[in-house]
Amino acid sequence: MDAIILQILNGLDKGSAYALIALGLTLIFGTLGVVNFAHGALFMLGAFCAVTLSRILSLSHVVIDESRKDFLGNPMKVEVPYLHEWFGPEVGATIIDWSVPLSILFAIPVMILIGVIMERGLIKHFYKRPHADQILVTFGLAIVLQEIIKYYYGANPIPTPAPEAFAGSFDFGVLIGFDANSIIYPYWRLVYFGFAMVLVAAVFSFLQFTTFGMVVRAGMADRETVGLLGINIDKRFTIMFGIAAAVAGLAGVMYTPINPPNYHMGMDFLVLSFVVVVVGGMGSLGGAVAAGFLLGVLESLASMGWVIDLVPGINQIIIYLVAIVILLTRPRGLMGRKGVMEE
Amino acid sequence: MLGLNTKDTRLLLLVIALTMLAPFLLNPFPVDSELAQFNAGYPDLMQRFVIFGIFAIGFNILFGLTGYLSFGHAAFLGVGSYAAIWMMKLLTMNVIPAIIMSVIFAGLFSLLVGWISLRRSGIYFSILTLAFAQMSYALAYSVLTPITGGETGLQAKISDPRILDSNAGEFGRANLFGLQMSENVSLQVGGWDFTFNAGYYVAAFMMIISFYIAIRIFRSPFGMMLRAIKSNQQRLNYTGLNSRPYTLAAFVISGMYAGLAGGLMVAMDTQVGPERMFWTASGEVVLMTILGGAGTLIGPVLGAGMIKYMENIVSKINDTILHQWFSFMPDGLEDFVVTVIHPFIGKGWHLTLGIVFMLVVIFLPGGLMEGGERIAKLFKRKKGSGSGGKDPEHHPTPKPHVA
Repeated sequence: MDAIILQILNGLDKGSAYALIALGLTLIFGTLGVVNFAHGALFMLGAFCAVTLSRILSLSHVVIDESRKDFLGNPMKVEVPYLHEWFGPEVGATIIDWSVPLSILFAIPVMILIGVIMERGLIKHFYKRPHADQILVTFGLAIVLQEIIKYYYGANPIPTPAPEAFAGSFDFGVLIGFDANSIIYPYWRLVYFGFAMVLVAAVFSFLQFTTFGMVVRAGMADRETVGLLGINIDKRFTIMFGIAAAVAGLAGVMYTPINPPNYHMGMDFLVLSFVVVVVGGMGSLGGAVAAGFLLGVLESLASMGWVIDLVPGINQIIIYLVAIVILLTRPRGLMGRKGVMEE
Repeated sequence: MLGLNTKDTRLLLLVIALTMLAPFLLNPFPVDSELAQFNAGYPDLMQRFVIFGIFAIGFNILFGLTGYLSFGHAAFLGVGSYAAIWMMKLLTMNVIPAIIMSVIFAGLFSLLVGWISLRRSGIYFSILTLAFAQMSYALAYSVLTPITGGETGLQAKISDPRILDSNAGEFGRANLFGLQMSENVSLQVGGWDFTFNAGYYVAAFMMIISFYIAIRIFRSPFGMMLRAIKSNQQRLNYTGLNSRPYTLAAFVISGMYAGLAGGLMVAMDTQVGPERMFWTASGEVVLMTILGGAGTLIGPVLGAGMIKYMENIVSKINDTILHQWFSFMPDGLEDFVVTVIHPFIGKGWHLTLGIVFMLVVIFLPGGLMEGGERIAKLFKRKKGSGSGGKDPEHHPTPKPHVA
């Protein structure tokens, strides 16, 4: 029993990442009707926002420290980050330590900007083109983006640790009456899950409770009529694209301590996220989130020892297997709307 | 000739001439010259040109004609490869059984995948094929290790039984009735050095046959049905025709082409690993077909050639070579130009590929073939002849936007 709970918890953080990427994909698809294969690249760009910020924060210069001597007796050269000088060593160290959460503030404007540029500069010209062309051009864009990142940051994963305060693990078992140390869960993953929930709730309430969101929802249902009412729906959809990019980017920022980012992490997640979107039902926001968590948890349940003994290799293929079964039995996915993506 | 009209006969003869004379055509620069690094006429690369050409021709029969975008074709290539290597291990190092079995196994596997995936269309179809391919990859990597060799893959070994071979127990090389695939004949003319490779000619022969079959399919009533599916499947259904058997047949045919390509790959280097089935490999064949021109006969072959050429030649260029080229410039300018080009060459060739691909999709939806046609039209217009009827095959009307 405790093993199952542990695996469910383990699945939640991966599921959160799937859910956030799938949410962004569905937002773009639902508003603009574009299948965005570069969405994984946006996730990756978000992760590299965190890397960039942590590098900026630890920019340093060399200072000769008279109090310490190297083995020849000369004064030692020490690299001191500018932040230590400006705010004093303690505050400076804390700021550098908290670089990943701080990256959220940095990533939101950057990602919205990237999203808006992408939509205005490229995707706009593809509304009238077939879906296959949209897939292909965004696929090309994803290759270009990830090669640019590879050129500047190298091909190796870059470790970006979480703040010291979240370094340990949380003994979850004690809380619900199991023995100590039976269910141990790293704090940061708990933070990630909570963050994902907050982000999902924020996006949904933005769409549900603001005038802007109401117009966007109306536009998703019937774009032409909204346009006829004199509302500039294109502008709002562009902003939604920016928001979707920011959601993917934030998912990437917070994922860096769990998995050190490298240039192809986006593609790895993209393939699975597309499966998630299709399982959830194209165009259904709730479906995307639910399917994200469902598949994340299923994947980690399937990697339990006795399950693998029972059906060897199931952990590798469970997501695809579920996708095939669902697509064949429920053609529109779990919560798909009628008339979306049906040719 | 062979049931083709004059235009197609000319195209086929052109392809035959190009493939047969490839060792000359791809080696335009003398060995000692600075440009020798642009020569593509070495056996390994030429083999890859024709093998990926076959793969792309097959993919085009599905995507170019029916419009179904499969993201899992590398799985059939992989299945073909595994079938071929097992034939070589068990029966003989002769490539004939290996190639035949690779086609049969890939055909059977694509029948199964197609039968399930073709229940859905559009992006759902793409995701289903992708799911099957990723499953095959994951299984080949892990559980099926006894059959696939897992991460290390399979190689021909001395200890293989090879029951039909007289020299079983010795180290064997892939051959065609004794003619080894790796056998080369060199011809030196002046400063040029031409290499004729047996394996290349076997693969080229297979490609010409594949190309001929593709022409026949394109021109047949069956090909017409497939185009009808692409342009308006709904109307086809309303006229009382069931389109599924046609799409399934196209899917299986293109799967068999992929299997043939996989079998030939094994025939050339007698080894196989699961990474051949990874989804990026499926993505590559999509790139090739689009780059060359989906729905055209020769476009996919051109696309395959172009991508493989870039992979091997652009990736070889380094800063030293660039400095040589631009040495005529003033020093500061030279350094600047080299710095600007640097990200696009060597290891950065993927970036070049991505940019070229995006430009093609944005400005030339018909691929390189459309580019060629536009240029040809520019010249024709000068003569004053009217443009005439558009060739429907090269200008498929875009599908209406569905949202």
